[in-house]
Amino acid sequence: MKIAKHTYDAVIVGAGGAGLRAALQLSESGLKTAVLTKVFPTRSHTVAAQGGVAASLGNSTEDNWHWHMYDTVKGSDWLGDQDAIEFMCRKANEVVVELEHYGMPFDRLDNGKIYQRPFGGHSQNYGQSPVSRSCAAADRTGHAMLHALYQRNVRAKTQFFVEWMALDLIRDADGDVVGVTAMEMETGEVSIFHAKAVIFATGGAGRIYYSSTNAFINTGDGVGMAARAGVPLEDMEFWQFHPTGVAGAGVLITEGVRGEGGILRNAAGERFMERYAPNLKDLASRDVVSRSMVTEINEGRGCGPDKDHVLLDITHLSPETIMKRLPGIREISIQFAGIDPIKAPIPVVPTCHYQMGGIPTNYKGQVVAPKGDNPNTPVTGFYAAGECACASVHGANRLGTNSLLDLLVFGKSAGETVVEDIQSGNLRLKPLPDDAADFSLARMARLENQKDGTNVHEVRLAMQRTMQKHAGVFRFSELLQQGVTAILEVAEQAKTTEIKDKSMVWNTARMEALELDNLIEVAKATMISAEARKESRGAHVRDDAPDTAEFPNGRRDDEWLKHTLWYSEGNRLDYKPVNLQPMSESVDPIALATRTY
Amino acid sequence: MTLNKGRMRWHCRRALLELDLVFARFLENRFDQLSDAQLADLQDLLDIEDHDLWAMVNGSAPCPEDRWMPLLSMLRDSGTQDDSA
Repeated sequence: MKIAKHTYDAVIVGAGGAGLRAALQLSESGLKTAVLTKVFPTRSHTVAAQGGVAASLGNSTEDNWHWHMYDTVKGSDWLGDQDAIEFMCRKANEVVVELEHYGMPFDRLDNGKIYQRPFGGHSQNYGQSPVSRSCAAADRTGHAMLHALYQRNVRAKTQFFVEWMALDLIRDADGDVVGVTAMEMETGEVSIFHAKAVIFATGGAGRIYYSSTNAFINTGDGVGMAARAGVPLEDMEFWQFHPTGVAGAGVLITEGVRGEGGILRNAAGERFMERYAPNLKDLASRDVVSRSMVTEINEGRGCGPDKDHVLLDITHLSPETIMKRLPGIREISIQFAGIDPIKAPIPVVPTCHYQMGGIPTNYKGQVVAPKGDNPNTPVTGFYAAGECACASVHGANRLGTNSLLDLLVFGKSAGETVVEDIQSGNLRLKPLPDDAADFSLARMARLENQKDGTNVHEVRLAMQRTMQKHAGVFRFSELLQQGVTAILEVAEQAKTTEIKDKSMVWNTARMEALELDNLIEVAKATMISAEARKESRGAHVRDDAPDTAEFPNGRRDDEWLKHTLWYSEGNRLDYKPVNLQPMSESVDPIALATRTY
Repeated sequence: MTLNKGRMRWHCRRALLELDLVFARFLENRFDQLSDAQLADLQDLLDIEDHDLWAMVNGSAPCPEDRWMPLLSMLRDSGTQDDSA
């Protein structure tokens, strides 16, 4: 079969914040750059980011990158690599000021400088007091950032392949990455993109969970492709959850609702938070509230026919108060739960929000994997940035506003490294293997010819329910063990998905089947990594690793101060050390301590 | 411009979960009954930025074009479940 071949210096997969920032670096250096994206760039999920981008500009309160670095290491529960965290925090001001020069409409102070606001977890003087570090453009920071970066890329003549879905990495006999295969959705045809460098910037895979705040496009395509190509995935057990998403929908109900007097109730109508947090009750911290909700559900006191959620009750507030103070929440509840919260309580569950793990990289954006004695050997020709990558700066838990910073810093860094590697002659256009597209074509043919197969929608739902039940915000040893068996069964079903519509043009059923292939890799990685990590750390909290005097918060640095690596082949696990050494010799490491706020 | 329903279906994948959920139900319940004129209006509506479109769907921002009102109303209604529970 003859298939079309495109040749570029570099190919970037994904056109959200990280992909666009990387593309800009390459195009402005004069490299021939292609960006493949399954949706129009300004429809990427970066649009949903509201909080802002962290940078220690010190415009509103005194600040410096050492304090930001401390907050990020502490937030990560010491699982973040301190060289990458130093790099990110030192680069923050530079990338934010660049963005300002690209026309990003940041909110401003009267003196014309960028306005900064406080955000949870960010502090002055190593945890002493809150700091104003978040730079925002009203509540549309991600949206404004994408537009500024997209316009700049158009000017730099970046070539976009819009509505193309990347299928698989192409690696040669040396294991080097020499391109990707991709399908054009308008024709259904597969092409080869042959390149000196491939950068993945495909975002997270929050859709592995039944309840997720992520848009439908967040199917972990790059993470899945990397796993299928033999690249390990790092720290996939760590996912950030929000306590109150609308059950069955995932749309966030802001903490402000409980601030206005909202009460969480179980099936018996009991205000259960009184038992778990007698003082703060419904206003306890996110993780305490989430864990209490999950305990109620697991112990059979959940609501609804499946007893799978709890209720957020504001019916005791006057209709006037609800209409005046919480109009957006009322609208969300009516739209997505079919319930007017003036009359009845809102069904809610802890909801998946952000993927801390991903494709392992160093701070230069190079993808790294164990080879010989070196657990961090670069995979030649392969780079990654943003939520799909694990640098690792977020470690076991991400601070708000560090995600937009991550994609700017590491998108740029990956781009710079590719430019250096190409200009120095380290990276050249290696020949394509003869079978470059065979793997992708075989996957497509399997889907085309599958008879008596499984239904994509049903398998995806089974995966999402399995992940939610067995690897949710609060984890139980027994449920995790059962979850490994369960997710491997679902993965078997995913091997025989069948689509009824075989049309070539704009076939969304085929797209969804291909996306499921990526999601399932992430789901397996998450479940197996989580079952194996027998401690509590950051967002990974287990019932059999409780808070004790010997091991505060259930964290076991003696055994588990290490990164997980999961390989798709054989579901094999490996581990590598956390880098506790900052990038610069002059910078002191942030010493291990108990994470308390 | 020719209308391609498969392409429009894909364009109902949005950057915001709120819109994904609204469009998923719309695709399930309403999309196949749309007239050519309504499809043309939908195509224009799909070009709107996500935050603006969600504000129009949830009623917090006014609809700038009268001809879009029936579609916005369909999007709202197809996203509403039975309230009797």
